[in-house]
Amino acid sequence: MTDVTDKPDTTDRPSKARSLTTRSSLVWLAIVAFTLLLLFLRTAAPWLITYPDGWILPITGTMNIAMDWLVAETGEFFRSVSTALEVPMSGVRNLLNWLPWSVTLLLLAITAYAASGWRLAVFTVFAIGYMVVVGLWTESMNSLALVVMSVPLAVFIGFMFGALAFFYPRAERAIISMLDVLQTVPAFAYLLPILLLFGFGAVVGLIASILFAFPPMVRNTLLGLRRVPPEVIESGLMSGATARQLFFLVRVPSALRQILLGINQTTMAAFSMVVIASIIGGSSDVGWEVLSAMRKARFGESLVAGIVIALMAMVMDRITAGFANKDTDDFTKGDGSFFQRHRYLTIAAIGTVVLFALSAVLPMLRVYPEGWEYDPSGPLNTAIDYLIVEYAALIGLIKTWAFFFLMLPMKIGLEQTISPFSWGFEFTTERKLMYAAAAVLATALAWFRWGANGAVVTSLFLVTIFFGITKLPWPAVIAAITFLAWQLAGARMAAGVLACLAFLLLSGVWPQTMLSVYLCGIAVILSFALGTSLGILAAEFNPVSQVLRPICDTLQTMPLFVLLIPFVMIFKIGEFTALLAIMAYATVPAIRYAEHGLRSVSADAVEAADCMGCTRWQLLTRVKIPLAKPVMMLGLNQTIMYGISMLVIAALVGTSGLGQQVYIGLGDADFGVGMTAGIGMAIIAIVADRLTQAWSKKHQAELGITPP
Amino acid sequence: MTVTDSTRVKLSCRNVWKVYGDNPTSWFTSKDNPANPADLAERIRTCGSIPAAADVSFDVNVGEIFVIMGLSGSGKSTVVRCLSRLVEPTHGEVILDGENLLEKNRKQLIDIRRHKMGMVFQSFGLLPHLTVAENIAFPLRLQGLSKTEQRERAARVIELVGLEGRESSFPRQLSGGQQQRVGIARSLAVEPELWLLDEPFSALDPLIRRQMQDEFLRIQSALKKSIVFITHDFLEALRIADRMMIMRDGMVVQIGTPAELIVNPADDYVAEFTSDVPLVRVLLAGDVMQTGHTVSDDMPRVASTTTVEAILPELATHEGGVAVSDGGNIVGVVTPGSVISALAREAASRESQSAELASRGIAAQS
Repeated sequence: MTDVTDKPDTTDRPSKARSLTTRSSLVWLAIVAFTLLLLFLRTAAPWLITYPDGWILPITGTMNIAMDWLVAETGEFFRSVSTALEVPMSGVRNLLNWLPWSVTLLLLAITAYAASGWRLAVFTVFAIGYMVVVGLWTESMNSLALVVMSVPLAVFIGFMFGALAFFYPRAERAIISMLDVLQTVPAFAYLLPILLLFGFGAVVGLIASILFAFPPMVRNTLLGLRRVPPEVIESGLMSGATARQLFFLVRVPSALRQILLGINQTTMAAFSMVVIASIIGGSSDVGWEVLSAMRKARFGESLVAGIVIALMAMVMDRITAGFANKDTDDFTKGDGSFFQRHRYLTIAAIGTVVLFALSAVLPMLRVYPEGWEYDPSGPLNTAIDYLIVEYAALIGLIKTWAFFFLMLPMKIGLEQTISPFSWGFEFTTERKLMYAAAAVLATALAWFRWGANGAVVTSLFLVTIFFGITKLPWPAVIAAITFLAWQLAGARMAAGVLACLAFLLLSGVWPQTMLSVYLCGIAVILSFALGTSLGILAAEFNPVSQVLRPICDTLQTMPLFVLLIPFVMIFKIGEFTALLAIMAYATVPAIRYAEHGLRSVSADAVEAADCMGCTRWQLLTRVKIPLAKPVMMLGLNQTIMYGISMLVIAALVGTSGLGQQVYIGLGDADFGVGMTAGIGMAIIAIVADRLTQAWSKKHQAELGITPP
Repeated sequence: MTVTDSTRVKLSCRNVWKVYGDNPTSWFTSKDNPANPADLAERIRTCGSIPAAADVSFDVNVGEIFVIMGLSGSGKSTVVRCLSRLVEPTHGEVILDGENLLEKNRKQLIDIRRHKMGMVFQSFGLLPHLTVAENIAFPLRLQGLSKTEQRERAARVIELVGLEGRESSFPRQLSGGQQQRVGIARSLAVEPELWLLDEPFSALDPLIRRQMQDEFLRIQSALKKSIVFITHDFLEALRIADRMMIMRDGMVVQIGTPAELIVNPADDYVAEFTSDVPLVRVLLAGDVMQTGHTVSDDMPRVASTTTVEAILPELATHEGGVAVSDGGNIVGVVTPGSVISALAREAASRESQSAELASRGIAAQS
């Protein structure tokens, strides 16, 4: 990724730092030269571009053998766990399906009311009503059953690990690295080992969702316990608390809000994984409904089911967040009759009994009559078809334009993109030479304007779009990233990054990795540019912020899966659709961080600048943005992370790269292939994460700002 | 000021050390370390460890308000935490009612904290999820008392601190002063004999702080607890202390009554603290009176231990002066003139002291 480069302000730093910067600029220029040299040699030595198959280590095969051994040795055990879990699992599922829809609706509405008031209750009634009316009740309840099973287990496991990490620093280190792995390896990748170990069935979804959902609970529990002020602990001790009392009566209640936030995040993660896990089928739930409809290109149906998922996610999020943010003083405490103390419970109990009695008389309260269902997918399909036909020219234009002028140049380079068919002219040798001349000129100008670093960034960019990311020689890419790591965070980091890159190369997933980097790279650059601009607008103009905030909230709570639907509908499957879906998700953190960073610039600095007579534009560009830059860079970090997590999901709509490789592994039950690709994704995520973090930290240190 | 029962010692802190660093106990086991505490502290510091409390010794009498004063980082908070073993002292003895607290096991310690000690914290340390009444009853709940008993005993201290009507509020709904009232009530709910207050009013704004000091003195005049009170505010110490101790760099600099500290400061450090004190608060009628004056019958009478500040209103209305009595006998007369000349004398002596300090400071720098 060429955009990640240090651009220090060389004017007012000690001369030692300056000489260091120039020295590293020289290394960068050497790397550019090295890249060009390798590209020059590529016809003579094609292995510089394509890493030869013969040099690939049998990593996937070894993994498969290890997995086969593990399944053979421990399969019995895991399968018995699976059978044991199957019992409560189907119990919950049967219960939810047996409950009359009217009762479920009432109970959820009362819960929503208790969590945050009548607005949410009305929204919940609307959401549940929608599921009933469109006839996806059973599917919704099957999905809900998985969530209902996995959340308490994930919360319990997460809380235990959190408490363990809190009390034993040594355990903490192990637990945190475990979480890092669980959260960076894409969710798809560990569906397969679970499938192999636990056997086919809904239990796979359950286990995967627990594994995916418990890490946020650990982090929040630990954070909450840590944040309890020392004086509160001391006051507990001085009140004569025993160790047990101190934990359960002082620490945990004081940390409760953070712990409840953890439950909120765990619930959302669990639901998101339940939806993803439906890809393996077996449980007729809403996720499967969306996917199978999408595969049959019946977008109306998939949109209808997608909305169910979105509504469920929103209801779950608002309810759990409502409980976390609730002021406890809403409850009448202590005295009062039983009814006053337990009014929600009482209303729920009475309502349930009444509805049960009524549904004995009126069966439509038990099972919603099929005749009353209204399936909007027919008209929706017509509408979508109409749109697509009517605007075919425009859609086609957007697609072609994006394809020829944006995606192909990045992927395979201008060199191979430009042809009479695409750009309308032949890329003749003279024209190539003209490009080269222009590139040299631009580099020289950049040097003149921004110094050596500017020249390096410009030349790397121009070389990349000429040859294409996937056609860059691997030794050059490895050299560049390793040196970047060394520059940002020292030798240890560089060694770690080098080892990671070597794994990608030796396991034979290098081409797929570069495909992923290319797609994710474009998405991240565009998302970051778009999101940061929107964030700046939002920070400067309150109305913009008010409009953007609910949109960001909604996009963030949505299971990633659902984001695919509108883009697939219009642009069909393909890389461009994937790009848009990734962008829809990855723009959110860029907006959030830019706005937050600008809004939290110290008021003193702003006032001082005001007093000096800054115009609004000067204030923004000279004061606020430079001070908010470290926070914005954290936003870049999050943009990359969001982009990568969406990349895997986007593999469902036809991308090539690691995401698709994971998906292939899952389809063929080839553990090695799926897992290697999964690890590959994790490596991209970890390397990108560490480098951007280091970059942001370096800048913060220079500005003397502590991170938020 | 309360009358102290100086015959009975409630709490005795003997040669208490708290060292932070690697293997802190080794400083007291090996023989080749300096025996002089100041040298030992210096040695510990040069070796990279931190002596947060160094050889701290003092006694607190029954019913006495003992104030520990020092700047931040002087070790006063460490010392008060050593007294309750919130911080485990590295070396020394803490003797409460004749028994060494440091020899108690965990269970005995919990028992002592439950019945004999109460502590008030600078930032209150209230539990955010409990109401005022529940916070105050919390120590009682930990003891497993019945709900009714908890309520009764809590109600008693709630009345004492004047929080009636706020029982079901949550801490975040209260002002700082009210929150600290909750903290005070909670520490008193178990009816402790030893009351520890760690900068209880430092987080409050000045007006409220004054109010709370008055409240505190009112409560103490009713309850007569043995008190260790931490503060960094010399004026606060002056208002409430029976005796006080000044600390610097973990070491005790001086122990004495406020007047003793002002009249006979042990060193420049103490003198600098006392230099901010308005003289009228420190000087007593006995210090500024003139003898040999004729005493007329319409003169008001004051005790020789009254501060000048307290007799100023009398002087304003009686230009002839105020008669000073000591144990029933008239020993002299304070006139406006005698006050002014005494103030002028003291101010001049302070001036020369600080000039001397300043010149020494310059000499040390050059």
